[in-house]
Amino acid sequence: MSFLLEAKGISRAFGGVQALNDCSLNVEKGSIAGLIGPNGSGKTTLFNVITGYVRPDQGTVNFAGEDVTNARPDEIFSKGVGRTFQLTRIFARMSVLENMLVATQRDESWLKGLTRSMSSASEVDAAMDMLEFVGIAKLAQLQAGSLSYGQRKLLELAYVLIANPDVILLDEPAGGVNLTLINEIASKIRLLNKEQKKTFLIVEHNMEFVMNLCDSVTVMNQGHTLMSGTPAEVRADKRVLDAYLGGGEEEEN
Amino acid sequence: MLTKARIVWIGLFALLALFPLVVTTPTWTSIIMFALMYMAITTSWNMFSGYSGYVALGAACFFGTGAYTAALLAKHWNVPASGDLFWLIPLGGILAMAVALPIGLIALRVRRHTFVVITIAIFFVFQLSAINASFTGGTSGLQLPFLPWGFQDFNVPFYYLAFAMVVVATLLSAWVRQTRFGLQLMAIRDDEDRALGLGVRVWAVKLSGFVMSAFIIGCAGALYAIYQGQIYPQFVFNPLFDISVALMAFLGGFGTLAGPLLGAFVLETLQLWLTENYSSGSLYLIIFGALFLLVIIFMPQGVVVYVKDRVTKREDRERSMIADNEAQIAGAAQ
Amino acid sequence: MTFSNLVHAVIDGVLTGSVYALMATGLTLIFGVMDIINVAQGVFVILGSYLSYALSVHFGIDPFVGLLITMPTMFLVGIVVERAFIARLKGPEKTAMSILVTYAVSLVIEGALNMIFSTNPVQINNASYVNSSVHLFGMWLPFIYIYGFILASVLLGSLYFLLYRTRFGASVRASLADQTAAALVGIDVKKVSTICFGIGIAVTAAGGMIYGTTNAFNASSSYDLISRLLTIIVLGGMGSLAGALVAGVSMIILEDIVAVAWSPVWSNITFFILLVIVLSFRPQGLFGKQSARVA
Repeated sequence: MSFLLEAKGISRAFGGVQALNDCSLNVEKGSIAGLIGPNGSGKTTLFNVITGYVRPDQGTVNFAGEDVTNARPDEIFSKGVGRTFQLTRIFARMSVLENMLVATQRDESWLKGLTRSMSSASEVDAAMDMLEFVGIAKLAQLQAGSLSYGQRKLLELAYVLIANPDVILLDEPAGGVNLTLINEIASKIRLLNKEQKKTFLIVEHNMEFVMNLCDSVTVMNQGHTLMSGTPAEVRADKRVLDAYLGGGEEEEN
Repeated sequence: MLTKARIVWIGLFALLALFPLVVTTPTWTSIIMFALMYMAITTSWNMFSGYSGYVALGAACFFGTGAYTAALLAKHWNVPASGDLFWLIPLGGILAMAVALPIGLIALRVRRHTFVVITIAIFFVFQLSAINASFTGGTSGLQLPFLPWGFQDFNVPFYYLAFAMVVVATLLSAWVRQTRFGLQLMAIRDDEDRALGLGVRVWAVKLSGFVMSAFIIGCAGALYAIYQGQIYPQFVFNPLFDISVALMAFLGGFGTLAGPLLGAFVLETLQLWLTENYSSGSLYLIIFGALFLLVIIFMPQGVVVYVKDRVTKREDRERSMIADNEAQIAGAAQ
Repeated sequence: MTFSNLVHAVIDGVLTGSVYALMATGLTLIFGVMDIINVAQGVFVILGSYLSYALSVHFGIDPFVGLLITMPTMFLVGIVVERAFIARLKGPEKTAMSILVTYAVSLVIEGALNMIFSTNPVQINNASYVNSSVHLFGMWLPFIYIYGFILASVLLGSLYFLLYRTRFGASVRASLADQTAAALVGIDVKKVSTICFGIGIAVTAAGGMIYGTTNAFNASSSYDLISRLLTIIVLGGMGSLAGALVAGVSMIILEDIVAVAWSPVWSNITFFILLVIVLSFRPQGLFGKQSARVA
């Protein structure tokens, strides 16, 4: 069985701190995969390695059968790996619509950007549809910096989606937003997965969110991947419980 | 389409175009000619630095390169003292771009605030080279063919060339603003790493923006050299030039289209007028600096944005508040 | 180039370079703690030179004794400038804005100095040790270079003592490492910033006094100074105290070597070129922290 996204034996140290130590992770095509673990267990660093923001000291990342280990973030994105950030990152001084347009040129060469206008009618339509989908279409003309935290999360999700990536990495999509919005985000993910066969990899602290949504879950602890399995298997595994209890500061949901 | 804004733009440009027909005093045509030159330079500078947020303090590298290109080529090709000299202007721009490429390759590798300092360091390499090299004529500079034109009308062709540069720079800047390329520059300004993760080729975009912005600045340098008929390294590679351009753009409104034009026009006219009437460069330094500090305190976004904001802010805020209603709860929850 | 030339270059580099290191340390401290690039550092040095000059010429106060007046004065100047302008800078463009703001401050001071003292270069030379020399290491060394070195060493030593042996220093170093974290553990980062800015400017009084006794200067000498100081802190790694020290001394040594081995005309440029080369391979400078973002 081959996987859409495969990270094998990833290690990375920052100064003396071993942030990642022999991490492996597989994401099956068309699945929703979860990545959980106590604070500081290296989840976001692993995301950064997969998406090209951090180079691993060891290990390989494969996407759709291609080695993308040392590719730049823009290259990885154009191959079809989109991501959101834990602390949402949007272009604060551009309008919501302009934010969307930044992401629509996945396969375009940079030179073409010099000669074409900012947007085509079809791109604007697609962007508005996507904003409609996440429910912030009426804010399209506002400066993105004036959005609330929840709206920013939705915008970030929307502009990652509009580039039509094959796999979408979400870093804490439910972090810091209210329950209604959490449920809304979960249902969007489910919908995209069912109807468009999108693949997701989700880092999340909210256990319930992960367990309800994901087909498979990988657990990380202290920089390495502890185990992978279905939500039920993870729930039953004693090592996972130990990791969380040992982790100390983790709040339970 | 003739929007209200476009009518205002065309009107203001028409005023500038008609100015030398109405006011024929050489003192004044010269002052406004210089103001136009700075408007073109600042607009061009803003096209990269304003849009991308990468404040470059080495505009004088391009200006000086343009000036020396004109002077050296005029000498080597024995260009006669006639309108033929003006063909050197675009060559000055092209040489400035050629110089911008390696500068960009080095300086754009580093983070934003280090970039500023690198551009300053590279500027001094240029200045000291121009002072010390033999082919630049050292501190005594270089002479260009003296144009044997009448005193009364001498400024006019220069005025219109500077005017043409303003038009080209403004159109170029407006055009970049509405291309995908401009969008990417602004995305880089707001969050470079995020833009990278959305497939923006930040390196190529930054470099090409930087090189493009050098063209008009180099042309202006060549124009300056031909107008003065004599260039000195300390005047064409002047650290005050670097900062003036940045301050002019900032005063008017960093990253806007109208801001750099306004800032350059007001400040350059003010400077030349003060020099003309009080012959005190020092007084200008104080006024210039103090004015800038006042703007920082009272309108940190620059004059143009400040005025625009006062007009649009209220309606924007209202719209956002209504739309924001439900999400306010979410914001409060975390 | 002979061996003794090399020795001379090193000695001069250590003596003069220490003074540059002192001035650059102020600059890098300000950047490290506040993310502010103080382009006015050069003009503050010249202001310090003129203060010493005025005290020495008009009141007959020895430049070294005068430091008791000029250093506290410059400290206050720094605090006023920080409170009035720097503290207002916020947001993502803070660092870029700080360059423009401090440049504006420097233009005002430059204009004022030009008006008060005129643009004719002056030098503080009415103290006996400025014009007399001592024979050391096979070369004639003016006393002022030695005194300047001692002064710079003492001040740098006290600065390091303040930073590494006191409670205030611990707060400063915490702010240097991470402002947010420092604020979280209860450090008043705002106050630390203001005081650091004051200290960063106060050292220019001493640097300016030495500069003014060893060079003829006017207000526009500040351009040469600031370009060197900025190059030093970028080469050393912005925010790195050790980097400022090493880069400051090596700048003068390198210049002296190039001046002797090749030509004094080109020695000024060498350091800028070295900077460009180093940054091509190490964008964060010699001692700089590696950027968290790796792209």
